[in-house]
Amino acid sequence: MKTPFLPAVIAIAAKDLRAETRSRELLSLMTLFALLSILVFSFALDLDKRVREESVSGVFWVTLIFASLLGFNRSMAQEQDSGALDAILLTPTPRGAIFLGKLLSNAMITLALGLILLPLMTALYGMNLLDWRVVLTTTVGVFGFCAIGTLLAALTSRSRAREALLPIALLPIALPFVLMATRATKAILAGAPAPEWQGALFMLAAITAIYLALCLLLFGYVVEE
Amino acid sequence: MTENTQSIAMGAGQAGRPQPRLLRVLTLATILGFAATLYLGLVAAGTDIQQGQVQRIFYIHMPAFFGAFTAFGLTVLGGILYLARGSETWDKIALAGVEVGFAFSLINLLTGAIWARPIWNTWWTWDPRLTSAAIMCLTYAAYLMLRAGIEDRRRKRAFMSVYGILSFVTVLITLFIIRVVPETIHPVIVGASPQNAQGTFEATSGVVMALTPSLLLWLTLMPATLIWHRVRLETRLEALQNRKIEILSE
Repeated sequence: MKTPFLPAVIAIAAKDLRAETRSRELLSLMTLFALLSILVFSFALDLDKRVREESVSGVFWVTLIFASLLGFNRSMAQEQDSGALDAILLTPTPRGAIFLGKLLSNAMITLALGLILLPLMTALYGMNLLDWRVVLTTTVGVFGFCAIGTLLAALTSRSRAREALLPIALLPIALPFVLMATRATKAILAGAPAPEWQGALFMLAAITAIYLALCLLLFGYVVEE
Repeated sequence: MTENTQSIAMGAGQAGRPQPRLLRVLTLATILGFAATLYLGLVAAGTDIQQGQVQRIFYIHMPAFFGAFTAFGLTVLGGILYLARGSETWDKIALAGVEVGFAFSLINLLTGAIWARPIWNTWWTWDPRLTSAAIMCLTYAAYLMLRAGIEDRRRKRAFMSVYGILSFVTVLITLFIIRVVPETIHPVIVGASPQNAQGTFEATSGVVMALTPSLLLWLTLMPATLIWHRVRLETRLEALQNRKIEILSE
Protein backbone atom coordinates (compact mmCIF):
# COMPACT_ATOMS: atom_id res chain seq x y z
CA MET A 1 0.00 0.00 0.00
CA LYS A 2 1.27 3.45 -0.87
CA THR A 3 1.34 6.22 1.66
CA PRO A 4 -1.15 8.94 0.66
CA PHE A 5 0.66 11.74 -1.14
CA LEU A 6 -0.45 14.96 0.50
CA PRO A 7 -0.33 13.80 4.14
CA ALA A 8 3.20 12.52 3.47
CA VAL A 9 4.26 15.92 2.09
CA ILE A 10 2.82 17.70 5.09
CA ALA A 11 4.29 15.23 7.57
CA ILE A 12 7.81 15.62 6.18
CA ALA A 13 7.58 19.40 6.03
CA ALA A 14 6.08 19.55 9.52
CA LYS A 15 8.88 17.38 10.92
CA ASP A 16 11.53 19.72 9.50
CA LEU A 17 9.73 22.84 10.63
CA ARG A 18 9.17 21.43 14.11
CA ALA A 19 12.86 20.68 14.42
CA GLU A 20 13.60 24.22 13.26
CA THR A 21 11.14 25.94 15.61
CA ARG A 22 12.66 24.04 18.52
CA SER A 23 16.29 24.74 17.74
CA ARG A 24 15.94 27.97 15.71
CA GLU A 25 19.47 27.15 14.68
CA LEU A 26 19.11 27.57 10.96
CA LEU A 27 16.98 30.69 10.79
CA SER A 28 19.16 32.59 13.25
CA LEU A 29 22.26 31.52 11.33
CA MET A 30 20.73 32.60 8.02
CA THR A 31 19.49 35.90 9.44
CA LEU A 32 22.89 36.73 10.83
CA PHE A 33 24.51 35.86 7.53
CA ALA A 34 21.98 37.96 5.63
CA LEU A 35 22.55 40.95 7.92
CA LEU A 36 26.29 40.73 7.43
CA SER A 37 25.87 40.38 3.71
CA ILE A 38 23.67 43.51 3.54
CA LEU A 39 26.28 45.40 5.54
CA VAL A 40 29.09 44.20 3.31
CA PHE A 41 27.12 45.19 0.23
CA SER A 42 26.43 48.69 1.50
CA PHE A 43 30.11 49.25 2.29
CA ALA A 44 31.46 47.56 -0.82
CA LEU A 45 29.10 49.34 -3.18
CA ASP A 46 29.29 52.59 -1.23
CA LEU A 47 25.58 53.04 -1.72
CA ASP A 48 24.38 56.61 -2.01
CA LYS A 49 20.71 57.39 -2.43
CA ARG A 50 20.48 57.12 -6.22
CA VAL A 51 22.59 53.96 -6.48
CA ARG A 52 20.64 52.46 -3.58
CA GLU A 53 17.35 52.75 -5.44
CA GLU A 54 18.89 51.02 -8.41
CA SER A 55 20.52 48.18 -6.56
CA VAL A 56 18.32 47.43 -3.58
CA SER A 57 16.37 44.66 -5.32
CA GLY A 58 19.60 43.03 -6.47
CA VAL A 59 21.08 43.18 -2.99
CA PHE A 60 17.89 41.66 -1.56
CA TRP A 61 17.82 38.71 -3.95
CA VAL A 62 21.51 37.92 -3.85
CA THR A 63 21.43 38.01 -0.05
CA LEU A 64 18.38 35.77 0.06
CA ILE A 65 19.86 33.19 -2.30
CA PHE A 66 23.26 33.08 -0.59
CA ALA A 67 21.62 32.73 2.80
CA SER A 68 19.35 29.96 1.54
CA LEU A 69 22.43 28.00 0.39
CA LEU A 70 23.31 27.55 4.05
CA GLY A 71 19.86 26.10 4.64
CA PHE A 72 19.86 23.61 1.75
CA ASN A 73 23.14 22.08 2.81
CA ARG A 74 22.02 21.63 6.40
CA SER A 75 18.59 20.33 5.57
CA MET A 76 19.99 17.49 3.45
CA ALA A 77 23.10 16.81 5.51
CA GLN A 78 20.95 16.35 8.58
CA GLU A 79 18.88 13.69 6.79
CA GLN A 80 21.99 11.92 5.56
CA ASP A 81 24.04 11.94 8.73
CA SER A 82 21.35 10.43 10.90
CA GLY A 83 20.34 7.97 8.18
CA ALA A 84 16.87 9.47 8.16
CA LEU A 85 16.73 9.72 4.38
CA ASP A 86 17.41 6.00 3.94
CA ALA A 87 14.71 5.27 6.48
CA ILE A 88 12.17 7.42 4.65
CA LEU A 89 13.17 5.80 1.36
CA LEU A 90 12.46 2.38 2.85
CA THR A 91 8.87 3.34 3.57
CA PRO A 92 6.42 3.22 0.66
CA THR A 93 6.34 7.03 0.49
CA PRO A 94 6.20 8.38 -3.08
CA ARG A 95 9.53 10.00 -3.99
CA GLY A 96 7.70 13.10 -5.17
CA ALA A 97 6.16 13.52 -1.73
CA ILE A 98 9.60 13.42 -0.09
CA PHE A 99 10.82 16.06 -2.50
CA LEU A 100 7.81 18.32 -2.00
CA GLY A 101 8.03 17.95 1.78
CA LYS A 102 11.70 18.95 1.83
CA LEU A 103 10.98 21.74 -0.63
CA LEU A 104 8.12 23.04 1.50
CA SER A 105 10.21 23.20 4.67
CA ASN A 106 13.16 24.79 2.84
CA ALA A 107 10.89 27.34 1.18
CA MET A 108 9.12 28.20 4.44
CA ILE A 109 12.42 28.88 6.19
CA THR A 110 13.76 30.93 3.27
CA LEU A 111 10.49 32.81 3.04
CA ALA A 112 10.62 33.56 6.76
CA LEU A 113 14.07 35.02 6.20
CA GLY A 114 12.70 37.08 3.30
CA LEU A 115 9.94 38.44 5.52
CA ILE A 116 12.53 39.40 8.12
CA LEU A 117 14.70 41.09 5.50
CA LEU A 118 11.98 43.14 3.82
CA PRO A 119 11.07 45.39 6.79
CA LEU A 120 14.72 45.46 7.81
CA MET A 121 15.85 46.71 4.42
CA THR A 122 12.94 49.13 4.34
CA ALA A 123 14.35 50.68 7.50
CA LEU A 124 18.00 50.51 6.50
CA TYR A 125 17.65 51.70 2.92
CA GLY A 126 14.80 54.14 3.38
CA MET A 127 12.73 52.54 0.61
CA ASN A 128 9.37 50.90 1.01
CA LEU A 129 9.90 47.21 0.29
CA LEU A 130 6.83 46.22 2.29
CA ASP A 131 4.56 46.02 -0.71
CA TRP A 132 2.24 43.07 -1.30
CA ARG A 133 3.58 42.80 -4.83
CA VAL A 134 7.14 42.45 -3.57
CA VAL A 135 5.98 39.80 -1.10
CA LEU A 136 4.21 37.95 -3.90
CA THR A 137 7.31 38.07 -6.12
CA THR A 138 9.43 36.86 -3.21
CA THR A 139 7.09 33.94 -2.56
CA VAL A 140 7.09 32.78 -6.17
CA GLY A 141 10.84 33.24 -6.59
CA VAL A 142 11.69 31.48 -3.33
CA PHE A 143 9.69 28.39 -4.31
CA GLY A 144 11.48 28.30 -7.64
CA PHE A 145 15.06 28.36 -6.46
CA CYS A 146 14.26 26.26 -3.41
CA ALA A 147 13.07 23.54 -5.81
CA ILE A 148 16.51 23.49 -7.47
CA GLY A 149 18.26 23.90 -4.14
CA THR A 150 16.47 20.92 -2.63
CA LEU A 151 17.22 18.70 -5.62
CA LEU A 152 20.86 19.74 -5.96
CA ALA A 153 21.50 19.49 -2.22
CA ALA A 154 20.31 15.89 -2.37
CA LEU A 155 22.77 15.43 -5.21
CA THR A 156 25.83 17.21 -3.80
CA SER A 157 25.35 15.91 -0.26
CA ARG A 158 26.56 12.55 -1.57
CA SER A 159 29.65 13.89 -3.29
CA ARG A 160 33.10 14.39 -1.87
CA ALA A 161 33.23 18.16 -1.29
CA ARG A 162 29.56 18.66 -0.63
CA GLU A 163 29.50 22.12 0.96
CA ALA A 164 31.75 23.54 -1.72
CA LEU A 165 29.95 22.03 -4.67
CA LEU A 166 26.40 23.16 -3.96
CA PRO A 167 26.92 26.86 -4.78
CA ILE A 168 28.82 25.94 -7.95
CA ALA A 169 26.04 23.64 -9.06
CA LEU A 170 23.18 25.85 -7.95
CA LEU A 171 24.09 29.41 -8.86
CA PRO A 172 24.24 29.10 -12.65
CA ILE A 173 20.96 27.21 -12.76
CA ALA A 174 19.29 29.63 -10.35
CA LEU A 175 20.24 32.56 -12.56
CA PRO A 176 16.87 32.83 -14.34
CA PHE A 177 15.25 33.42 -10.96
CA VAL A 178 17.70 36.15 -10.02
CA LEU A 179 17.16 37.74 -13.42
CA MET A 180 13.37 37.74 -13.40
CA ALA A 181 12.88 38.34 -9.68
CA THR A 182 15.16 41.39 -9.57
CA ARG A 183 13.54 42.67 -12.73
CA ALA A 184 10.06 42.42 -11.20
CA THR A 185 11.15 43.83 -7.82
CA LYS A 186 12.96 46.71 -9.47
CA ALA A 187 9.95 47.61 -11.60
CA ILE A 188 7.65 47.53 -8.56
CA LEU A 189 10.00 49.69 -6.48
CA ALA A 190 10.47 52.19 -9.29
CA GLY A 191 6.70 52.55 -9.56
CA ALA A 192 6.74 51.37 -13.16
CA PRO A 193 3.39 50.75 -14.92
CA ALA A 194 1.69 47.45 -14.11
CA PRO A 195 2.41 45.54 -17.34
CA GLU A 196 6.15 45.81 -16.72
CA TRP A 197 6.30 44.07 -13.35
CA GLN A 198 3.43 41.76 -14.22
CA GLY A 199 5.33 40.56 -17.28
CA ALA A 200 8.43 39.81 -15.23
CA LEU A 201 6.37 38.16 -12.49
CA PHE A 202 4.60 36.03 -15.05
CA MET A 203 7.96 34.91 -16.49
CA LEU A 204 9.16 34.15 -12.97
CA ALA A 205 6.05 32.06 -12.29
CA ALA A 206 6.50 30.20 -15.59
CA ILE A 207 10.17 29.40 -14.85
CA THR A 208 9.22 28.29 -11.34
CA ALA A 209 6.55 25.96 -12.73
CA ILE A 210 8.98 24.45 -15.25
CA TYR A 211 11.69 23.86 -12.66
CA LEU A 212 9.23 22.46 -10.13
CA ALA A 213 7.99 19.92 -12.64
CA LEU A 214 11.54 19.01 -13.73
CA CYS A 215 12.85 18.65 -10.18
CA LEU A 216 9.83 16.61 -9.14
CA LEU A 217 10.44 14.21 -12.02
CA LEU A 218 14.19 13.95 -11.45
CA PHE A 219 14.28 13.69 -7.64
CA GLY A 220 13.51 9.98 -7.67
CA TYR A 221 16.66 9.28 -9.68
CA VAL A 222 18.82 11.32 -7.34
CA VAL A 223 17.89 9.47 -4.15
CA GLU A 224 17.64 6.03 -5.77
CA GLU A 225 20.52 3.69 -4.96
CA MET B 1 34.83 -15.82 -14.46
CA THR B 2 33.07 -13.24 -12.29
CA GLU B 3 30.73 -10.69 -13.72
CA ASN B 4 33.24 -7.95 -13.09
CA THR B 5 36.11 -9.46 -15.04
CA GLN B 6 33.72 -10.37 -17.80
CA SER B 7 32.75 -6.73 -18.23
CA ILE B 8 36.42 -5.78 -18.15
CA ALA B 9 37.15 -8.21 -20.94
CA MET B 10 34.23 -6.85 -22.90
CA GLY B 11 35.32 -3.28 -22.30
CA ALA B 12 38.86 -4.01 -23.40
CA GLY B 13 37.59 -5.76 -26.51
CA GLN B 14 35.43 -2.81 -27.43
CA ALA B 15 38.20 -0.36 -26.79
CA GLY B 16 40.65 -2.16 -29.00
CA ARG B 17 38.25 -2.37 -31.89
CA PRO B 18 39.32 -0.42 -34.99
CA GLN B 19 37.29 2.61 -36.00
CA PRO B 20 34.02 1.71 -37.69
CA ARG B 21 33.93 2.68 -41.35
CA LEU B 22 31.07 5.12 -40.77
CA LEU B 23 33.16 7.00 -38.22
CA ARG B 24 36.06 7.27 -40.64
CA VAL B 25 33.72 8.58 -43.33
CA LEU B 26 32.23 11.07 -40.87
CA THR B 27 35.65 12.28 -39.79
CA LEU B 28 36.75 12.83 -43.37
CA ALA B 29 33.47 14.57 -44.25
CA THR B 30 33.82 16.86 -41.22
CA ILE B 31 37.37 17.85 -42.07
CA LEU B 32 36.54 18.47 -45.73
CA GLY B 33 33.32 20.29 -44.78
CA PHE B 34 35.20 22.49 -42.33
CA ALA B 35 37.78 23.39 -44.97
CA ALA B 36 35.01 24.15 -47.48
CA THR B 37 33.01 26.36 -45.11
CA LEU B 38 36.20 28.18 -44.10
CA TYR B 39 36.84 28.85 -47.77
CA LEU B 40 33.27 30.09 -48.26
CA GLY B 41 33.42 32.37 -45.24
CA LEU B 42 36.97 33.66 -45.54
CA VAL B 43 37.41 33.87 -49.31
CA ALA B 44 34.24 33.43 -51.33
CA ALA B 45 31.91 35.70 -49.36
CA GLY B 46 32.14 39.42 -50.06
CA THR B 47 33.69 41.80 -47.54
CA ASP B 48 31.14 43.68 -45.44
CA ILE B 49 30.95 47.34 -46.45
CA GLN B 50 30.67 48.74 -42.92
CA GLN B 51 32.51 46.24 -40.75
CA GLY B 52 35.18 45.03 -43.14
CA GLN B 53 37.03 41.76 -42.74
CA VAL B 54 36.10 41.24 -39.08
CA GLN B 55 32.51 40.49 -40.06
CA ARG B 56 33.74 37.14 -41.46
CA ILE B 57 34.12 35.86 -37.91
CA PHE B 58 30.35 35.62 -37.82
CA TYR B 59 30.54 32.50 -40.04
CA ILE B 60 32.21 30.71 -37.13
CA HIS B 61 30.72 32.62 -34.20
CA MET B 62 27.07 31.81 -34.70
CA PRO B 63 27.49 28.22 -35.99
CA ALA B 64 29.68 27.47 -32.96
CA PHE B 65 26.81 28.39 -30.67
CA PHE B 66 24.45 26.13 -32.54
CA GLY B 67 27.02 23.36 -32.49
CA ALA B 68 27.07 23.74 -28.71
CA PHE B 69 23.29 23.64 -28.81
CA THR B 70 23.32 20.26 -30.58
CA ALA B 71 25.97 18.88 -28.25
CA PHE B 72 24.17 20.00 -25.10
CA GLY B 73 20.92 18.74 -26.61
CA LEU B 74 22.55 15.31 -26.98
CA THR B 75 23.51 15.55 -23.31
CA VAL B 76 19.84 15.97 -22.44
CA LEU B 77 18.88 13.07 -24.69
CA GLY B 78 21.68 10.92 -23.26
CA GLY B 79 20.60 11.84 -19.73
CA ILE B 80 16.97 10.97 -20.29
CA LEU B 81 17.77 7.70 -22.02
CA TYR B 82 20.33 6.74 -19.37
CA LEU B 83 17.77 7.32 -16.62
CA ALA B 84 15.14 5.40 -18.57
CA ARG B 85 17.24 2.48 -19.81
CA GLY B 86 20.37 2.47 -17.66
CA SER B 87 22.74 1.87 -20.58
CA GLU B 88 26.22 3.26 -19.91
CA THR B 89 26.71 4.30 -23.52
CA TRP B 90 24.06 6.99 -23.14
CA ASP B 91 25.89 8.41 -20.16
CA LYS B 92 29.12 8.49 -22.15
CA ILE B 93 27.30 10.36 -24.92
CA ALA B 94 25.99 12.82 -22.34
CA LEU B 95 29.51 13.43 -21.00
CA ALA B 96 30.94 13.79 -24.50
CA GLY B 97 28.13 16.23 -25.30
CA VAL B 98 29.11 18.41 -22.37
CA GLU B 99 32.80 18.46 -23.28
CA VAL B 100 32.22 19.15 -26.97
CA GLY B 101 29.53 21.72 -26.23
CA PHE B 102 31.78 23.41 -23.68
CA ALA B 103 34.57 23.70 -26.24
CA PHE B 104 32.15 25.07 -28.83
CA SER B 105 30.70 27.65 -26.49
CA LEU B 106 34.22 28.78 -25.60
CA ILE B 107 34.86 29.23 -29.33
CA ASN B 108 31.61 31.16 -29.49
CA LEU B 109 32.62 33.47 -26.63
CA LEU B 110 36.16 34.01 -27.89
CA THR B 111 35.18 34.81 -31.48
CA GLY B 112 32.48 37.10 -30.13
CA ALA B 113 35.04 38.97 -28.04
CA ILE B 114 37.38 39.32 -31.02
CA TRP B 115 34.54 40.73 -33.11
CA ALA B 116 33.32 43.03 -30.34
CA ARG B 117 36.75 44.68 -29.91
CA PRO B 118 36.59 46.70 -33.15
CA ILE B 119 32.79 46.91 -33.47
CA TRP B 120 31.68 47.65 -29.89
CA ASN B 121 35.09 49.03 -28.91
CA THR B 122 35.37 46.58 -26.02
CA TRP B 123 36.26 42.91 -25.56
CA TRP B 124 33.44 42.29 -23.17
CA THR B 125 30.34 44.02 -21.91
CA TRP B 126 27.76 42.90 -19.35
CA ASP B 127 25.04 42.64 -21.90
CA PRO B 128 22.19 40.22 -21.02
CA ARG B 129 23.03 37.82 -23.82
CA LEU B 130 26.76 37.87 -23.21
CA THR B 131 26.17 37.34 -19.52
CA SER B 132 23.83 34.42 -20.05
CA ALA B 133 26.24 32.83 -22.55
CA ALA B 134 29.02 33.11 -19.97
CA ILE B 135 26.76 31.58 -17.33
CA MET B 136 25.97 28.74 -19.72
CA CYS B 137 29.70 28.03 -19.98
CA LEU B 138 30.07 28.13 -16.20
CA THR B 139 27.15 25.74 -15.73
CA TYR B 140 28.84 23.11 -17.86
CA ALA B 141 32.16 23.77 -16.15
CA ALA B 142 30.26 23.06 -12.94
CA TYR B 143 29.00 19.82 -14.53
CA LEU B 144 32.58 18.66 -15.12
CA MET B 145 33.66 19.59 -11.59
CA LEU B 146 30.65 17.91 -10.05
CA ARG B 147 31.31 14.81 -12.10
CA ALA B 148 34.86 14.63 -10.87
CA GLY B 149 33.62 14.98 -7.30
CA ILE B 150 31.43 11.88 -7.17
CA GLU B 151 33.20 8.61 -6.63
CA ASP B 152 30.59 5.89 -6.96
CA ARG B 153 30.20 5.24 -10.68
CA ARG B 154 26.52 4.34 -10.77
CA ARG B 155 25.58 7.23 -8.59
CA LYS B 156 27.76 9.54 -10.67
CA ARG B 157 25.97 8.55 -13.86
CA ALA B 158 22.51 9.06 -12.41
CA PHE B 159 23.40 12.40 -10.82
CA MET B 160 25.09 13.77 -13.88
CA SER B 161 22.18 12.78 -16.09
CA VAL B 162 19.95 14.84 -13.83
CA TYR B 163 22.34 17.78 -13.84
CA GLY B 164 22.82 17.60 -17.60
CA ILE B 165 19.08 17.84 -18.12
CA LEU B 166 18.74 20.78 -15.73
CA SER B 167 21.69 22.66 -17.24
CA PHE B 168 20.03 22.83 -20.62
CA VAL B 169 17.76 25.58 -19.30
CA THR B 170 20.74 27.97 -19.45
CA VAL B 171 21.16 27.15 -23.16
CA LEU B 172 17.51 27.91 -23.83
CA ILE B 173 17.80 31.16 -21.89
CA THR B 174 20.81 32.25 -23.94
CA LEU B 175 18.91 31.45 -27.10
CA PHE B 176 15.73 33.29 -26.15
CA ILE B 177 16.94 36.06 -23.85
CA ILE B 178 17.47 38.32 -26.81
CA ARG B 179 13.77 38.20 -27.54
CA VAL B 180 12.66 38.69 -23.93
CA VAL B 181 15.09 41.29 -22.60
CA PRO B 182 14.88 44.28 -24.92
CA GLU B 183 17.99 46.19 -23.82
CA THR B 184 20.57 43.92 -25.37
CA ILE B 185 23.04 45.35 -27.87
CA HIS B 186 23.73 41.95 -29.44
CA PRO B 187 22.54 41.95 -33.04
CA VAL B 188 20.13 39.39 -34.45
CA ILE B 189 21.01 38.57 -38.02
CA VAL B 190 18.15 36.21 -38.78
CA GLY B 191 14.93 38.02 -37.92
CA ALA B 192 14.43 41.54 -36.59
CA SER B 193 17.26 43.01 -34.52
CA PRO B 194 16.42 44.60 -31.17
CA GLN B 195 16.27 48.40 -31.21
CA ASN B 196 19.54 48.92 -29.38
CA ALA B 197 21.50 46.36 -31.40
CA GLN B 198 24.91 47.60 -32.44
CA GLY B 199 26.97 46.14 -35.23
CA THR B 200 24.14 44.49 -37.05
CA PHE B 201 24.44 43.80 -40.76
CA GLU B 202 22.08 42.64 -43.41
CA ALA B 203 21.67 38.97 -44.22
CA THR B 204 22.31 39.45 -47.93
CA SER B 205 22.34 36.49 -50.29
CA GLY B 206 26.14 36.42 -50.03
CA VAL B 207 26.00 36.13 -46.25
CA VAL B 208 23.35 33.42 -46.42
CA MET B 209 25.42 31.52 -49.03
CA ALA B 210 28.42 31.35 -46.71
CA LEU B 211 26.47 30.96 -43.47
CA THR B 212 24.08 28.13 -44.35
CA PRO B 213 26.69 25.41 -45.10
CA SER B 214 28.72 26.43 -42.06
CA LEU B 215 25.66 26.38 -39.83
CA LEU B 216 24.62 22.96 -41.10
CA LEU B 217 28.12 21.59 -40.59
CA TRP B 218 28.36 22.83 -37.00
CA LEU B 219 24.83 21.72 -36.22
CA THR B 220 25.31 18.13 -37.36
CA LEU B 221 28.66 16.74 -38.51
CA MET B 222 31.01 18.58 -36.16
CA PRO B 223 29.37 17.63 -32.85
CA ALA B 224 28.43 14.14 -34.04
CA THR B 225 31.96 13.24 -35.12
CA LEU B 226 33.66 14.74 -32.08
CA ILE B 227 31.20 13.14 -29.67
CA TRP B 228 31.63 9.73 -31.29
CA HIS B 229 35.42 9.96 -30.94
CA ARG B 230 35.06 11.12 -27.35
CA VAL B 231 32.72 8.23 -26.50
CA ARG B 232 35.26 5.75 -27.87
CA LEU B 233 37.96 7.45 -25.84
CA GLU B 234 35.83 7.19 -22.70
CA THR B 235 35.34 3.47 -23.32
CA ARG B 236 39.12 3.06 -23.54
CA LEU B 237 39.68 5.14 -20.41
CA GLU B 238 37.23 3.00 -18.51
CA ALA B 239 38.80 -0.21 -19.71
CA LEU B 240 42.17 1.14 -18.63
CA GLN B 241 40.84 2.04 -15.22
CA ASN B 242 39.24 -1.36 -14.77
CA ARG B 243 42.52 -3.01 -15.75
CA LYS B 244 44.34 -0.91 -13.17
CA ILE B 245 41.92 -1.92 -10.44
CA GLU B 246 42.27 -5.53 -11.52
CA ILE B 247 46.07 -5.44 -11.36
CA LEU B 248 46.16 -3.60 -8.06
CA SER B 249 43.75 -6.03 -6.46
CA GLU B 250 45.77 -9.07 -7.47
